[in-house]
Amino acid sequence: MGLDLLTLDMDAVRAELVGGKTTATALAEQHYARIAAEDGPEGPQNPAAKGINSFLALSRERALAQAERVDAAVAKGDPLGPLAGVPIGIKDVLTMTGSPATAGSAILKGYMPPYDATSVAKLEAAGAVLLGKLNCDEFAMGSSNENSAYGPVKNPRALDRVPGGSSGGSAAAVAAGFAVATLGTDTGGSIRQPAAFCGVVGVLPTYGRISRFGLIAFASSLDRVGPFTRTVKDAATMLEVLAGPDGRDATASDRPVDGYVAALEKPVAGLKVGVPAEYFGEGLDEEIRAAIERVLDGLRAAGCVVKPVSLPHTKYAVPTYYVIATAEASSNLSRFDGVRFGLRAQEANTLSAMYRKTRDEGFGAEVKRRILLGTYALSAGYYDAYYRKAQQVRTLLTRDFLAAFEEVDVIVSPVTPTPAFKLGEKTDDPVKMYLEDIYSVAASLAGICGASIPCGETTKGLPIGVQVMGKHFDEATMLRVGAAIEALKL
Amino acid sequence: MSESAVTLEDVRRVAELANLELTPDEEPRMQRDLNAVLGYIAELNELDTTGVPAMAQVGEVLGLQAQEHGESLRIDQIRPSLDRSLVMAAAPETDGRFFKVPKVIER
Repeated sequence: MGLDLLTLDMDAVRAELVGGKTTATALAEQHYARIAAEDGPEGPQNPAAKGINSFLALSRERALAQAERVDAAVAKGDPLGPLAGVPIGIKDVLTMTGSPATAGSAILKGYMPPYDATSVAKLEAAGAVLLGKLNCDEFAMGSSNENSAYGPVKNPRALDRVPGGSSGGSAAAVAAGFAVATLGTDTGGSIRQPAAFCGVVGVLPTYGRISRFGLIAFASSLDRVGPFTRTVKDAATMLEVLAGPDGRDATASDRPVDGYVAALEKPVAGLKVGVPAEYFGEGLDEEIRAAIERVLDGLRAAGCVVKPVSLPHTKYAVPTYYVIATAEASSNLSRFDGVRFGLRAQEANTLSAMYRKTRDEGFGAEVKRRILLGTYALSAGYYDAYYRKAQQVRTLLTRDFLAAFEEVDVIVSPVTPTPAFKLGEKTDDPVKMYLEDIYSVAASLAGICGASIPCGETTKGLPIGVQVMGKHFDEATMLRVGAAIEALKL
Repeated sequence: MSESAVTLEDVRRVAELANLELTPDEEPRMQRDLNAVLGYIAELNELDTTGVPAMAQVGEVLGLQAQEHGESLRIDQIRPSLDRSLVMAAAPETDGRFFKVPKVIER
């Protein structure tokens, strides 16, 4: 063996494969063995089990067939894709043929999708070995992964705590050594927040940078696909593979894709780093505040110019988000009606009773809450007061960023107000749970890119993440600063 | 924005619009939660947004749509579509050609 699956990165995978020290097949098997030993519930047969519950389905057959192709290519000396042999997991809101796509919901239990998401197909075409599907909050709605119909995910760094959400399984799998990288999605913070809670790198690309074909939609003006990795370089590698236009998704931009990996080589000296006071107010954990200060000191020492910027509408980001996201969700989720796929309630003898019973049985409480809220905000007499108002404030929030980015190259802030909280701690109070997203939703609404980079831990050993936000389509500069932060080894 | 709180009647009306059937114990809980969240959302009223354009898509603010003139749309050509049998296999009830549903019109 000799490989430490907890720290393995893509460069190491490459070196091991090319050096003939391991095979893609052996690597996949090692990851499956670790998942089998640790991911499931504890029991007499499974003494090492931690009940992390990150994987919902394993795609062994597909993974091993791909690993065999990679091994054959290595043996023949054929050129290898940038992700050759890299074991990668997929959040269960993305479709992948041969495995069920549940979106963490009972309404899609056992649903076998007829096509691959473009992001999934692109990873495999680049050589990735796709291990399986990862747990998440139902339809990606949640900040703790406690809204999954298939049980919560535990944080591998502290098993009594949440991994964050909604891509909790994706973050946990990387942190637990179950996959070298994973795909997640982020609508209001669902990549960055779990990355921060689990101590891994998570990247929210610019809106439109990565195709969403095959993503089960939550809020279409916000949803994005992005990577979880252990290093910034791995995230850059994945982003380069994933980015670009797609004839199947008109919102995927045809802007040229930058060389993200090459950009990491450029020094950060002279870059201007903005620090928004609005992100350091009341409610921010003191240890997180201190950690971000250390990041800023490090960036100064690396030659960056750190200066204050103002994002004056920040406090309105969460309420704006919860109008727009729920309104779009209420529309998107109307497709789950028991007709074409998924669950159908049995005792219903008219079409409309079938719709209502199916949706009542199939959706969990948070999904119902958001559908009701969104339907309310869009209903006659309330549309202007809620939905239109929120869209206007969204313009103001976006203008805040455009103005700040006239002054600076990137903006640095906390990802979350607190480190990972305890399982069950916030499930009874939706507003408290929604405030989890206070530092992440503004970037979502504005469409800019953002990354969560690990930057140390609390005295209790809980991971802390720092958020680097970049201009629209300037992932290259954002990742460059991310790599500089990583190099501080905080 | 309305100052009046959401009533149980409102919850039932919205549930009907959304094709959701709430159980009797779900209704008061949803009423409580909707009121809590809407109360928080009411903070948006502090902002004067007169004359501010509504933003539905990120591209609008960046002026991307104006630049693109549809060049990014795919070529309009006939391509194979999904295999019908694969799609129908996922349906709860089908005769292989159509989705079957309970009767729509009474009598």
